[in-house]
Amino acid sequence: MSRGTQVQTVREWFRARSTGLVGGAFWAGVAGTVTLGIAGCTHLLSDHHPAAAAATTQDLGPAEAGTRARVRLLTSEQYTNVIHDVFGSDIEPGNPIPPLSRTDGLLELTSASVGVTAGQMMQLQRSASAVATQVMDNGNLDKQLPAHRDYLVPCKPKKADAPDDACAAKFLKSTGRLLFRRPLSGAQLDDLVGKAHHASAQLKDFYAGLSSVLEGMLVDPMVLMIVDQTEPDPAYPGRRRLDAFSVASRLSFFLWNSAPDAEVLKAAESGAINTPAGRARVVDMMLASPRLENGIRAFFDDMFAFDDFDTLAKDAMVYPNVSGTTLKDAREQTLRTVYDHLITRNRDYRDLFTTRNTFISPPLAALYAVPSVPGWVPYEFPPDSPRVGILSQVSFLAVHSHPGRSSATRRGKALRELLLCQVVPSPPPNVDFSIVEDPKANFHTARERLTAHRSNPVCAGCHRITDPIGLALENFDGAGQYRLTERGAAIDASGSLDGKNFNDPPGLAHALHDHPALPTCLVKRMYAYGSGGPLSDADKPELTWLDKRFAATGYRVPDLLRAIALSPAFSEVAEIPAVPAPPAKTASLTAPRPAAQ
Amino acid sequence: MKDLTRRRVLRGMFNGAAVAVGLPLLNVFLNENGTALANGAPLPVRFGTWGWGLGMSKSIFVPQKTGPDFDLPEEIQMLAPVRDKINLFTNFNALRDAMPNLCHTTGWIILRSGSAPANTSARPGETIDVTVAKKIGTTTRFPSLTVSSTGDPRDTYSYESASSINSAEGSPLALYNTIFGSDYQDPNAKEFKPSPKILVRKSVLSSVDDDAKKLMNEVGAEDKARIDQYFTSLRELERQLDRQLEKPEPRATCHAVKAPPELKTGVDYELVAERHRLFTDLLVMAVACDQTRVFNMTYSKSFASTTKPGYEKPHHTASHEEPVDQKLGYQPMVSWFLRRSFESWAYFVDAFSKVKEGDGTLLDNMLIYASTDQSFAKIHSIEGLPMFTAGRAGGKFKTGLHLDGAGTQGARLGYTMMKTLGVEITSWGTQSNNTAKEIHEILV
Repeated sequence: MSRGTQVQTVREWFRARSTGLVGGAFWAGVAGTVTLGIAGCTHLLSDHHPAAAAATTQDLGPAEAGTRARVRLLTSEQYTNVIHDVFGSDIEPGNPIPPLSRTDGLLELTSASVGVTAGQMMQLQRSASAVATQVMDNGNLDKQLPAHRDYLVPCKPKKADAPDDACAAKFLKSTGRLLFRRPLSGAQLDDLVGKAHHASAQLKDFYAGLSSVLEGMLVDPMVLMIVDQTEPDPAYPGRRRLDAFSVASRLSFFLWNSAPDAEVLKAAESGAINTPAGRARVVDMMLASPRLENGIRAFFDDMFAFDDFDTLAKDAMVYPNVSGTTLKDAREQTLRTVYDHLITRNRDYRDLFTTRNTFISPPLAALYAVPSVPGWVPYEFPPDSPRVGILSQVSFLAVHSHPGRSSATRRGKALRELLLCQVVPSPPPNVDFSIVEDPKANFHTARERLTAHRSNPVCAGCHRITDPIGLALENFDGAGQYRLTERGAAIDASGSLDGKNFNDPPGLAHALHDHPALPTCLVKRMYAYGSGGPLSDADKPELTWLDKRFAATGYRVPDLLRAIALSPAFSEVAEIPAVPAPPAKTASLTAPRPAAQ
Repeated sequence: MKDLTRRRVLRGMFNGAAVAVGLPLLNVFLNENGTALANGAPLPVRFGTWGWGLGMSKSIFVPQKTGPDFDLPEEIQMLAPVRDKINLFTNFNALRDAMPNLCHTTGWIILRSGSAPANTSARPGETIDVTVAKKIGTTTRFPSLTVSSTGDPRDTYSYESASSINSAEGSPLALYNTIFGSDYQDPNAKEFKPSPKILVRKSVLSSVDDDAKKLMNEVGAEDKARIDQYFTSLRELERQLDRQLEKPEPRATCHAVKAPPELKTGVDYELVAERHRLFTDLLVMAVACDQTRVFNMTYSKSFASTTKPGYEKPHHTASHEEPVDQKLGYQPMVSWFLRRSFESWAYFVDAFSKVKEGDGTLLDNMLIYASTDQSFAKIHSIEGLPMFTAGRAGGKFKTGLHLDGAGTQGARLGYTMMKTLGVEITSWGTQSNNTAKEIHEILV
């Protein structure tokens, strides 16, 4: 595409948007140019992802929508991914960034508001030092350790014990571009080469000097923080958009949970990433990349609150066959199911909650009481099995239970909050437990206990919105094992979800599948995750558009990822500073609060 | 031992003799009165905090007698060996004014920051340890260290602001590597040569933020504050490197410690106690080797989720669901969990008192503050909160006392401690928690 045509395309794009008539007529006009733009890279598109041209004939979303320019601190996983992507997965960075708490249901959103304390900076420095040392190490033949410097430094110094500016510049230029996620300026590179010269001379070691400079880069705020930089939007005087490199980073952390690679940076350097055709090409390439798996897993791990597994343990006396490995595998099982279902097979998101297809490992086979085969193998639960969808997998059941017993309330609360984006209020400070704690009452099952608890009107309001969901999962104990009785009494697994009644776990799965908030909640979470911070009222038009789009594509997640990434809102800066969203709707309007069970 | 001179001991040590030889050796590093370092600098006073969740069982916790020689009711009997090294504070209040009573949150935040939070993610002001570290933590390698016996980095009672939480280290092995890993400089090492690597590291860092600074005008006020804090932390890192370029004072009781084992995940009470022991032993040596003068230990988070194998309710669940035994007058299993907490508190205090320093112990030159989130957790009460201190703060604090606060602000203890540690304030706390009234009974 010639430069002239490109400019023309951009102009037309924005003119169409400014008229508010983004749609068929406009796109018919530019389709020719757009197709040309992607002609050279069709090899990058997989069968699962529609060609860029097809998407650009569609509406891309509300033209006036935008998102805030943000400053985000890398999360622990992002930091590790960046180090692995830039230097290789055998470089071990440690865990210098502590886990976050949740904002609006996601850990990732908190990264837009956390700071770095002095104590944490010291951890970051130690990690930087460890990474730099590994990158520059000379290996050890006896221990069969490779000399990383031989392949991570793209040149050999003239003398190993003296500075070599040319070689240092070569390394710093290419590594700096990936770490800073944009090319270094001439002055910046000169400064780094100067520092390397000084350090190598001082330490009488080329690599040790280079290592020190790398260490410094790895604690640079511009490396550890994703700072959205903006520029005037040529199509809208007075409005700003993310600059090309900020778009590259936002896309990359959204889809890969890591920094942009050389290809994506190239599209930013040429400016193509800020044109509709260029953006579509880049996004399709990213969706076809093996790195997508990291990104998808990171998103769902966050949305499903699987970080709870990091500190989860089960009572070994109550559940003797649940070890740390079992729980690790439970998390893995669901993430594998998610990736396989949503991406590999490109199936309806809602069917994730009714699918019988999954993967099993030997420790899990014991819990599920199915035959054990070495390694991870695909497995389909038989039609008469109560295991339907990911809610009936050990991960969800075990993580939302107590260490030694199940919890209908926790499971119900998790389903509402994590999957339907509703908020269940916290229990009031002065809960009266006198009924449930009466030793003479002799409750056998969770249902008996909770029914008694709900006789207290203060507790009833919220427990009514959590328990009827959770009680349908009572056929699974606190470790996710199937059971028909509790303390000798038969379990009644009937329940209801917002007006739909059912008698067993599969019944709940199907009610959830058909719940209107299931897909809209995913849209909300994914859009907030992609744009890097909490949503506000200003995001409503974009969310409404995405909801429609998600439904129209049969709830296919790759299409949703693509729609978010290509929407104008993704890179336009919101004119009005976003105000925090009002509290999400609670599931019950009259809601007093439930007590923790 | 009599004819040991400072010079001889130093020479002996420099020749590689074990440093942990004998405790009396310590005095040869000090002046004649054993009250200051040999170079004339006063012995440093250190500050630590200890946090536990879910309060107490009042009827078997609060002693009958106030003042010295107080009785130790059933729930705190295990404190007998350390009773005279601690003070127990009961009947102090956290006042929330118009703020809500946020379960398991309001109580500890008021006791640690002097202010009531407006919601569960609010973190008003900063915690005492942060204020104190600015005063006494500026000369050591680590301004402060924060650990959690639960193993979860999020279980911390320390923050600089709502967006800057001091995460806890959850792994004793990782703490060991942080303190005693490759960057550790043994204060008793035979020779000291400033590491050229650290010099280089410092010069590399000096201009690291130049480009980021250019952005400051482009971002919003909140983000600007966060980037600013990043720079402040970088400057603190440089100061830390500076300190590593100076020859450290010899520390006689500082000796090499072994790397602890990696523990499995979980909050089974035995595992928590083991993690607590390993962390405590490392913190004792971190203080003895003057790597830090401020530290925070979380024994259990405010919603303590400690478990007992075979008992289906974690501590927090039990606190709500277990009936008060009519005959005993308390919740037996809840008290069982609380007793495990106080056993660890006794271990903690004892560990610092086992190390000799000057004419007393390390603990004598320390002040440790222990606080919780509720008084009676079953109903989330924040009235009549219990607190402890341990140590004599370099001779400024009396110990062995039980104080009845008569319903006055718990923030008074925070204020008293900070004044004692030299923080220049004329009052502390906001709204009803604001106080300028020290607890004079504990002051020497």
